Amino acid sequence: MIWLKRNLPKIVISPSFALLVWFVYGFILWTLYISFTKSKILPNYKFWGIDQYFRLWSMDRWHVSVSNLFIYTSLFLILCILIGIVLAILLDQKIRAEGFLRTIYLYPMALSFIVTGTAWKWILNPTLGIEKFFIDIGFENFTFDWLITPGMSIYTIVIAGVWQSSGFIMAIFLAGLRSVDDEIIKAAKIDGAGVVSIYTKIILPMMRPVFMSAVVILVHLAIKSYDLVIALTSGGPGTSSDMPAVFMTQYAFHRSEIGLASSSAIMMFLTVTAIVIPYLYSELKREDGKK
Amino acid sequence: MEKNNLKFEQLETASKKKKIIYRWILFLILGIFALYYITPLYVMIVTSLKSMEEIRTGNLFYLPKSINFDSWLEAWRGQLVNTTSGLKVDAGNVYLKNYFWNSVKMVVPAVAISTILGALNGYALTKWRFKYDNIIFLLFLFGTFIPYQAILLPMARTLGVLGLSNSITGLVVVHVIYGLCFTTLFCRNYYVSISDEIVRAARIDGAGFFKIFFKIMLPISLPILVVTVIWQFTQIWNDFLFGATFSFGEAAPIQVALNNMVLTSTSVKRYNVDMAAAIIAGIPTLIVYVLAGKYFIRGLTAGSVKG
Repeated sequence: MIWLKRNLPKIVISPSFALLVWFVYGFILWTLYISFTKSKILPNYKFWGIDQYFRLWSMDRWHVSVSNLFIYTSLFLILCILIGIVLAILLDQKIRAEGFLRTIYLYPMALSFIVTGTAWKWILNPTLGIEKFFIDIGFENFTFDWLITPGMSIYTIVIAGVWQSSGFIMAIFLAGLRSVDDEIIKAAKIDGAGVVSIYTKIILPMMRPVFMSAVVILVHLAIKSYDLVIALTSGGPGTSSDMPAVFMTQYAFHRSEIGLASSSAIMMFLTVTAIVIPYLYSELKREDGKK
Repeated sequence: MEKNNLKFEQLETASKKKKIIYRWILFLILGIFALYYITPLYVMIVTSLKSMEEIRTGNLFYLPKSINFDSWLEAWRGQLVNTTSGLKVDAGNVYLKNYFWNSVKMVVPAVAISTILGALNGYALTKWRFKYDNIIFLLFLFGTFIPYQAILLPMARTLGVLGLSNSITGLVVVHVIYGLCFTTLFCRNYYVSISDEIVRAARIDGAGFFKIFFKIMLPISLPILVVTVIWQFTQIWNDFLFGATFSFGEAAPIQVALNNMVLTSTSVKRYNVDMAAAIIAGIPTLIVYVLAGKYFIRGLTAGSVKG
């Protein structure tokens, strides 16, 4: 009875912990092992070595996925952070209707990537969408067919992705700006610093932790991008807007190449880990420092 | 003397003018961005109210000539076709009604179970410290970042073995398991900021683990429970990856159905119906956002500034 009482907290957390160990970490290990086998449609547990990784990196389609991921991540990151910071700073100027504007900037975050993709697919429609609008107002030779142009369709995913996520970056920067001590700003003003230099020299450098969080969140979101690609371009035209997540599900569930699919999943996992682990380490150190 | 005063006044009005101009530029930029964010929603709504004829002749931004909810009805319960036995929905026609309820049946239990477990975990991890509790927390924390591609294949096999593939129950299980990391994280971060003194005093008075949880912690947990429920609701309602991987056909959730609806190119594309369907799929989370925006944002930022 006393044993039960003393161990109750551990007993309460153990089912969740067991689920976590089995379904998250155990499953990742399983996927890792399968990536070292010849498995096709069914798992084949005979060890084969790292040949699947050589196969993966010799595939054109994987190279397209990786380079698309690179394009998408860098543009998504730069645009979201740029828009987020600008909007947060402007909203921080004691604006009337701030609440209303914030609601508008952030509502896309409540929509799914499938809804987002469906809406933008219609707006970017090459015959009836935005192209027709520009032709109607007099630009007769206006064409905008990125959605169906290989090499350009990846940028339509950037447009929709930035629309969906940039408001979120605005929100976390605004929260950061609000936590800056007013005294510091007042003191700087007395010293004769202008608004621009107050922001660039004092406030933004103080936002470093927020900046770090934003980068990690955006990059890991970009690596996981799947829904938006499917809804907007389905990886097309052809496979020109493929991303690793799309590649993985294609080979896992449509082409019965689970060994190869596992190796691509592990590549994604390692990339996320390489970004997240240093971030978590520094975050936790910061928290310890506060105590 | 008088001259100097005049100069000063001039300077003052000049700086006031400058300030007003700055204000205008500020509002102009904010307004342009507001347009950028609101335009897609506007386009979705006006398109959903137009007929296909109007869509072909007009352009994206024109208001509909008359308000017409036919596309909404069609997106919700299918296109009625004349058959020998009266008006009926065509067999190949995808519409949202059943899938909407699938999502509801999936979201309610998944959100409830994962939130309750998350609250208990967060409480146990912060108020009843034990050996390795920090490592356990770290494992949950890292779990919020993993790309699900690394668990999809074994999960699909496991659901198959359990006889849960292609079922709503299976999706509930999946969402509870992978939602646990988030709910535990949220609640843990909230409870860690609550003073240990109350718990210590209650323990000295002889109160046990569950008594303290229900009598002391739960009553003050409302804000974080609201944040957690909203977060889980939004995540699970909007999920596509799990839905598309683990269920197909009849048991699919709404996002999968919406995507199928837009992709089926059997006959002529009906953009008005697509847009009505997209709005229907987005309305529940939009309503939650408008009603509880404060908590929604708090969840987002809590999930971002982790640890």
